[in-house]
Amino acid sequence: MTPDLNPVRTAPAHAGAAPGGSVPPESAALAIHGLSKRFGGALALDAVDLDIAEGEVHGLLGQNGSGKSTLIKILAGFHAPEPGARVTLHGADVPLPIPPGAARRMGLAFVHQHLAMLPSLSVLENLRLWRFSTERRWRIDWRREQAQARETFARFGLDIDPRARLADLSQVERALVAIVRAFEDLRAGNASGTARGILILDEPTPFLPSAGVDQLFSLVRDVVREGASVIFVSHDVDEIMEITDRATVLRDGKVAGTLETAQSSADDFVEMIIGRKVELFQAWPHDAAAEPVTVRVEGLSGGMVKDLSLDLHRGEILGLTGLLGSGFDELPYLLYGARPVAAGRLDLPSGSFDLRRMAPPAAIAAGIALLPSDRLFAAGVGSLSVADNVTLPVLGEFLSGLGLDWGGIRGRARDLGDRYDVRPNRADLLLSALSGGNQQKVLMAKWLQTDPVLLLLDEPTQGVDVGARQRLFQALGEAAQGGTTIVVASTDAEQLAQICDRVLVFARGRIVQELTGGQVTKEIITEQCLRSIGVEAIRTKEAARA
Amino acid sequence: MTDATGVTGAGGRTRRKFDWLHFLEAYALVAALLVLMAVFGMLKPAAFLSWANISTMLGSQAVLVVLTLALIIPLTAGDFDLSVASMATLSAMILAVLNAEGGWPLWAAMLVALGAGIVTGVVNAAFILYFRIHSLIVTLGTGTFIQGVVFWISGSMTISGLSDGLTEYVIITRLFGIPLAFYYALGLCVLLWYVFEYTTPGRRLLFVGRGREVARLSGIRVERVRFAALISSGFLSAAGGMLYAGTIGAADPLSGQTFLLPAFAAAFLGATAVYPGRFNPFGSLVAVYFLIVGITGLTILGIQTFVQNLFYGGALVIAVALSQLVRNREQQDFS
Repeated sequence: MTPDLNPVRTAPAHAGAAPGGSVPPESAALAIHGLSKRFGGALALDAVDLDIAEGEVHGLLGQNGSGKSTLIKILAGFHAPEPGARVTLHGADVPLPIPPGAARRMGLAFVHQHLAMLPSLSVLENLRLWRFSTERRWRIDWRREQAQARETFARFGLDIDPRARLADLSQVERALVAIVRAFEDLRAGNASGTARGILILDEPTPFLPSAGVDQLFSLVRDVVREGASVIFVSHDVDEIMEITDRATVLRDGKVAGTLETAQSSADDFVEMIIGRKVELFQAWPHDAAAEPVTVRVEGLSGGMVKDLSLDLHRGEILGLTGLLGSGFDELPYLLYGARPVAAGRLDLPSGSFDLRRMAPPAAIAAGIALLPSDRLFAAGVGSLSVADNVTLPVLGEFLSGLGLDWGGIRGRARDLGDRYDVRPNRADLLLSALSGGNQQKVLMAKWLQTDPVLLLLDEPTQGVDVGARQRLFQALGEAAQGGTTIVVASTDAEQLAQICDRVLVFARGRIVQELTGGQVTKEIITEQCLRSIGVEAIRTKEAARA
Repeated sequence: MTDATGVTGAGGRTRRKFDWLHFLEAYALVAALLVLMAVFGMLKPAAFLSWANISTMLGSQAVLVVLTLALIIPLTAGDFDLSVASMATLSAMILAVLNAEGGWPLWAAMLVALGAGIVTGVVNAAFILYFRIHSLIVTLGTGTFIQGVVFWISGSMTISGLSDGLTEYVIITRLFGIPLAFYYALGLCVLLWYVFEYTTPGRRLLFVGRGREVARLSGIRVERVRFAALISSGFLSAAGGMLYAGTIGAADPLSGQTFLLPAFAAAFLGATAVYPGRFNPFGSLVAVYFLIVGITGLTILGIQTFVQNLFYGGALVIAVALSQLVRNREQQDFS
């Protein structure tokens, strides 16, 4: 890890552990000192110090891969840290690695992004999930449990029926139940009956509408009032600004600094996350691409995406990005007819399509190809051979009077393997036997051989090593030169900067920023993602006023 | 895949050596069948190795082969069909009721029986696909329902007196000393092998079973493929039922049901052979006769009939366990 070019802001007064590895401050609810974690050759966490004060909401920020989730997973007991670290909880040492399942007992409660709840069970059953599964008690007094749950909900001013089926609740209510459950677990773990402990919220907001976020924040404040401390993990600077007292930024596995929220601006955070001073972004001159428009999307709504219109040029590589839950990654599936669409038209050279009636067979016939991100669930079948997988869309070409020509099929698989540098290039190998990068080459070849007009990609290089990534980019470049229009949905700013002519940033299902030409850089893309929610909020307000 | 030798690309094209391990895996069941025959042949050469015994085994169990083949079509697409045996019984009973009791010409009764098979397939598919109910539950229900229909139309009685033409063309006429029934099953086996391996519908069927989402996003009309698979199994079960009526020259309301478990056992056992890890027709054929040789041999040795259940039940579980070993004990997904 090389140090960054620009000086890192120094943390304000009481942030970070005292130098020299001394005892953490008395007031700290949770103190972490010298926490490292190594995966293979790479340090995911490098001597991280962090302390959370009693009754504080502490933000934890950082880009993908900065080490946030590794830190949370160590606290939850999923990973063992490197020796030499020290973690104390209310002044008492915590055994490392934290035994799985022990975190809750010690006063650490988690709310994960996907909430870890069972939608088909009742609210009450979900609320007691952990207690029922671990407590040694024979009989369940449902009436008492229900009364208790009602009391807890009432205490937080929530109007939720404990008997309701979780699936019938709104997304916001489900998130609220998850937080209440974590709070209850903290209380149950404490002999004193207070909720002294650490509540860790791991990106709970991306899928919530803005009103829901407000409700969630007010619950977080109530929980803090009851005596808990909160670690709030997020990508979103605006949310961090609103809810936290202090926030720590991780970058490349190290603590980049801790900021006192009240005394910092959003720019301070963005700068610390990216690691250097970013140039202020000016309005862009629209780059009129020289090539003709070949693909036109009009009024597309479906999933998170709302009323989206878009012109795409021949041979253009368009990037779609945004924070998790902003809807950018749904667009490829919507255009392909793989997910339900509420409204929208798609114009291609081969004709005009009502997207409500689009389905994969029609999309393929129209010259559209989709490479989903979930490689062995949606893109290819691991238990079938490379030849089976790669020739699926073009099987008709190998039909002769006697049926399928297996020699030809294997030959095609080998040729494509040669062309896209699949290693080892063996047509009869099971797809699952290849590495992630080589699987992706095969699956990319599966669609590139059809010479699509529009190629839709979702996270095309997730879990792909550097070498294979370059080969995939080269393949995309070749296809674009041949006239294929390519749409890449990705959260990887570096990749988008490298391959895209234009990048669209999404927030809450809308395009909030279009980056072209010199603006397509890793830094600007990352920055725009971090600011995207704020931009969307302002636009929505403006629209409401107008 | 099919050939054990392959050519590696990427630079110098070298022929790989014959893959013995692969060959062994693919033909272990065939070897086991031969060993079993040798053992019984040594213990009871006169009874077991007699041509009468062998041709009876081949001819009389053609029904089981057809039912197993009917079963592997939806299994390949990822759906169970527990109604195959009841459907076969119903088909046989329709022949008996219409032809023997009602005096219909044989061909008309056969058409009605096959039609009933198609209707069963449509009903199964409609419940599985439209209401999205697991195939296991739907076909368990329809299978029991059909069995009820069989008791109803037969008055729970065995009905004999079918036209001679049927038995004539199923079991009495022999080619190279083996009843025609065996050749029907063999022909169906070849046909299915061709469809599975050499046609695009066969490939689509395989992809639908292995990865529904992959298939859907690759432009395969998944529901249509599953629909067709279930109709095929209904149709072939009905055909199997006609063979059964021809084999015994009558239709009885109960014994057809006993084919269900052996058919499943053979389908899963067959998936460990010839094309290991895949439901395949020739593997199924070998598996059926492996089971039959085992049971016939044990019966000739004088062991009581309860051994049938031990053998079929044990074979089903052991076959699935073996196929799981082939798949490195991955979680099974029959959804």
